[in-house]
Amino acid sequence: MTRSAHRPRRTLQVAGASAAALLTLSACSSSGTGSDKGSSPAKPSGTVTVFAAASLKESFEALGKTFEKQHPGTKVTFNFGGSDTLAASITSGAPADVFAAASPKTMATVTDQQDAAGTPVTFVRNRLEIATPPGNPDHISSLKDLTKPGLKVVLCDKTVPCGAAAQKALDAGGLTLTPVSYEQDVKSALTKVELKEADAAVVYRTDVRAAGDKVAGVDFPESAQAVNDYPIALLENAPNPKAAKAFVALVRSTEGRKALSGAGFLKP
Amino acid sequence: MPVPLLVPALIGLAFLLLPLIALLVRAPWRSLPEQLTSAEVWEALRLSLVCATAATGLSLVVGVPLAWLLARTRFPGRGLVRALVTLPLVLPPVVGGVALLLAFGRNGVIGQWLDSWFGITLPFTTTGVVLAETFVAMPFLVISVEGTLRAADPRYEEAATTLGASRFTAFRRVTLPLIAPGIAAGAVLAWARALGEFGATITFAGNFPGRTQTMPLAVYLALQNDPAAAIALSLVLLAVSIAVLAALRDRWMTAS
Repeated sequence: MTRSAHRPRRTLQVAGASAAALLTLSACSSSGTGSDKGSSPAKPSGTVTVFAAASLKESFEALGKTFEKQHPGTKVTFNFGGSDTLAASITSGAPADVFAAASPKTMATVTDQQDAAGTPVTFVRNRLEIATPPGNPDHISSLKDLTKPGLKVVLCDKTVPCGAAAQKALDAGGLTLTPVSYEQDVKSALTKVELKEADAAVVYRTDVRAAGDKVAGVDFPESAQAVNDYPIALLENAPNPKAAKAFVALVRSTEGRKALSGAGFLKP
Repeated sequence: MPVPLLVPALIGLAFLLLPLIALLVRAPWRSLPEQLTSAEVWEALRLSLVCATAATGLSLVVGVPLAWLLARTRFPGRGLVRALVTLPLVLPPVVGGVALLLAFGRNGVIGQWLDSWFGITLPFTTTGVVLAETFVAMPFLVISVEGTLRAADPRYEEAATTLGASRFTAFRRVTLPLIAPGIAAGAVLAWARALGEFGATITFAGNFPGRTQTMPLAVYLALQNDPAAAIALSLVLLAVSIAVLAALRDRWMTAS
């Protein structure tokens, strides 16, 4: 689990400071030359480590396979989780090349610590949806229906982007909702519905789509008030900045965009 | 003193102690009173203490007889049963939580009958927390009590039965007082384990302040957006752990 120590990293930071400075320089210089044309002479190689929001799991895994095919000799490893958990582990020194967060706020945790190289870019947006067991047995048709007494609803914790967005949507609808649990990321909220332990969960549209026929999705108008921007950034201490840059380029390419919108993400 | 032994020994000692010292060094001492008097902290602490105590009680009620069964009776497959009892000790707690969901969840193997016959659902409830903690902590008690029972001389019980006591009376009047220190030590161990339970709890019982959010869950979630609060909460758990050690010092620390 990514629950490692949060602070005791000063020594590492000191030790890695010069290396980090070098990386910054190289990152700056190369981004100046060829961000759009892809004119970098050396081919990406080695392992790219991508920390990505849990909601990106299916589409990023597919893009990772594409990347490995396009650049033989590379390997993409993923760490999917709640964006806040990932941000916390990046600021405490987890070795990662790319961070794709489900909200600008969690990305800000990383940029505030100067752990991102350059400015993060929004690459997709995501909208909320209600997930219910197949066939929607409780006949949920609106966000308001979730406030019905006796209904077991799970939300993401407010520290996680999907939880913050759900709260925003509830506020937009003037609703108060007491869930049975605040889950630590969007996938565990969805799982509670898949296992039929909960009657409904507020998750992303992409999660509902990825779950296939294990859950049913219910759209609700308040979700328009709580659309999440997903920023992606190359990290300051990236062990493999060259390949990382190529991966970010793939995510933002036409091909990447097609894969992401196929998964239900909205255009940035 | 041989250096090849001393150096790794000191490294090992430092490795175990440094993280705890770091916790003390980086503790937000100035804002600590404020952190620790917030209602959320007390709610989580109260819930942790109540649930750990209830889980220990439940473990005592069924765990001591189970230990007696393993230590004092002979039946085919006893070795296997003992191995199964210790399984939760080595099982990752999250796996335990998933298993509990599949057994006692609303849609679980047993849970679906609890729900349709009695209207009882366990996930997302405080009872669910107690069950998750009992699942993880009871093996500690059983192993500890069984070990004490094996070390205790069965002839006292035999003498009691030859003098006309039933086996249950002999257990109650002779065996129990004899193994009381072992039961106490096992109960403290189980209590401490239950207090620190995280994986099975968050998987089976979810996370809701005041109902299922125990201290370890609060620490985990606080670390995401308020590290100072997480450190403060961790200090409380550290203090409790030290208190447990102090309570057990006669048993372990004087063993040398």
